Amino acid sequence: MLRRTLLGAAASALALATGAMAQDSDKTKVGFVYVGPIGDGGWTYEHDKARQAVEAEFGDTVETVYQESVPEGADAERVMTQMALSGADLIFSTSFGFMDPTMNVAAKFPDVKFEHATGYKTADNVSNYSARFYEGRAVQGLIAGEMTETNKIGYIASFPIPEVIRGINAAWLAAKKVNPDVEFNIVWAYTWFDPAKEADAAKALIEQGADVILQHTDSTAPQAAAAEAGNVITFGQASDMSEYAPKPRVSSIIDNWAPYYIDRVRAVQEGTWESQSVWQGIGEGMVGIGEISDAVPEDVRADALDLKERLASGETHPFTGPINRQDGTPWLAEGETADDETLLGMDFFVEGLTGEIPN
Amino acid sequence: MDLTAISPALLVASLMVGATPLLLAALGELVVEKAGVLNLGVEGMMIVGAICGFAAAVQTGSPLAGFAFGALCGAGLSMIFAVLTQVMLSNQVATGLALTLFGLGLSSLVGQGYIGIKPPPTVRLDLGPLSDIPFLGRAVFSHDWVVYGSIALTAAVWWFLNRSRAGLTLRAVGENHDAAHALGIRVVAIRFAAIAFGGACAGLGGAYVSLVRVPQWTEGMTAGAGWIALAIVVFASWRPARVLVGAYLFGGVTVLQLNLQAAGSALPVEYLSMSPYVVTIVVLVVMSARRGARSTAAPASLGKPFHATV
Repeated sequence: MLRRTLLGAAASALALATGAMAQDSDKTKVGFVYVGPIGDGGWTYEHDKARQAVEAEFGDTVETVYQESVPEGADAERVMTQMALSGADLIFSTSFGFMDPTMNVAAKFPDVKFEHATGYKTADNVSNYSARFYEGRAVQGLIAGEMTETNKIGYIASFPIPEVIRGINAAWLAAKKVNPDVEFNIVWAYTWFDPAKEADAAKALIEQGADVILQHTDSTAPQAAAAEAGNVITFGQASDMSEYAPKPRVSSIIDNWAPYYIDRVRAVQEGTWESQSVWQGIGEGMVGIGEISDAVPEDVRADALDLKERLASGETHPFTGPINRQDGTPWLAEGETADDETLLGMDFFVEGLTGEIPN
Repeated sequence: MDLTAISPALLVASLMVGATPLLLAALGELVVEKAGVLNLGVEGMMIVGAICGFAAAVQTGSPLAGFAFGALCGAGLSMIFAVLTQVMLSNQVATGLALTLFGLGLSSLVGQGYIGIKPPPTVRLDLGPLSDIPFLGRAVFSHDWVVYGSIALTAAVWWFLNRSRAGLTLRAVGENHDAAHALGIRVVAIRFAAIAFGGACAGLGGAYVSLVRVPQWTEGMTAGAGWIALAIVVFASWRPARVLVGAYLFGGVTVLQLNLQAAGSALPVEYLSMSPYVVTIVVLVVMSARRGARSTAAPASLGKPFHATV
């Protein structure tokens, strides 16, 4: 009996405590749902850096909470529901696979604002935001195409979603332009984060003659594999990965989410938040190109920086016709550029790439 | 498709490296389960072994010290499990799961300062003329001592369980702990030893991931290898030789499917991706199904709490 009374007392104390916490509502509470650990050195690491930037910017007027390594699926829904129930005003869900869970939870909490990364669905209280990583991929493709000696470029892809396919196409087009003999070998790892598997994939590609490894997975394991193999170059993915510079890592794509996160938190605080769909690139600063290291010859560096400038100003679009689809049917006519809708739903390879996209 | 791009020697070499952490962790768990204890904390012990081994190797500059410390920390973590389940009689499944969660959290805490650091290289064992044999030299005789050690350990575990008196005692504890207790065998002490051995093996396997296989420290880097090791033990029906087959098969098909993809194989990627799991399970189940039910049965006291009443 005594035990039951104690438990009862503990439960009511807990209820009081949570009640008290929920009343502390003058702070804007912002939740972040991460697909990997914050120490992955890549994708999630950059999202968490942006979260810290939000805290630094708003100080005592915001409170941030985050949950790492959330599986894509039902667990994500549970995590977001928990955040919404504990008083979050704004929730960032930072992976493509969180899209449907975000939509489901958002429907249940109309007063909570949601921001979903890299998807394509919106609702009255759900925005989606993404970065035009493919612009960075084009710069990588150019460096890769000019620097490869074996003409074999290995590409570690994660899942066959438009985001990844777009990156492969953009890198391929840029590489092909500067080096007509180049070949892409693509490995689908079916994971965003599995260092051992990513290392194995990199080793398999290197053993088959690739001397450039592009990765669309989040850990630095391929960098380590390339460093061990010797004469192979890589690019940092999502984060600078500068610990592997100047070689194998010769440049990188850096995701810079901080300005956008700060902007959106401010909108919530000022009551001006509205659902939107944004897609920003090098020009707006959401996609950064990491320092091009000394391992890159001077002329290649100049070409890469020139391309970066032209992408930033909008003068060049990575998908400018004439481009055919893989099966040879025409996609873009001479001088025509791809529209965002096609890019967002991209589910085909362009001409010249070998292999099929798994579905 | 250009299958000639795949070098069989390099393929065998990388499958041996890929399979070693699984083999070590699975052998450890095999002994634990033979003693009648189900420790689901393999993943947690592996990841703690990975960071402890990595940290020790970086601090001392000696990979050997790294492996030793990784194994020690794995064993240390398993002692928490041993005290909870053997002394306080907590539920083994729940405690094992908690151990995994605890290990993952603890490792990322300890690992904060070690992100982006390169470990000292683990040297390959110099096998002299053996390494010059064509094909076999590169494929089999060009590894570090942990790879050979794990194969030797398989034989040692087999010998221990099937040919030694101590192994017989351990199996007796796993099959019927009440009868073993009645015979005067110290059930709890033997289980403590088995759990410690399992922890050390998992820790060693984890250290192998962070020091040789990847080699770097990244949070959550074992990425489910501990669970695969657990599954291999069950599908291998608690036999060391089959654990070896299972681990090599899983590692081998994983490496092979990545190589096939890189070579532009016409096989659909979906099938290639699931092949390591399917092939390993099918082969081990078929092997185990041939011998009738008795040889495939789990230790009879597996997962049951033991409370000495007399």
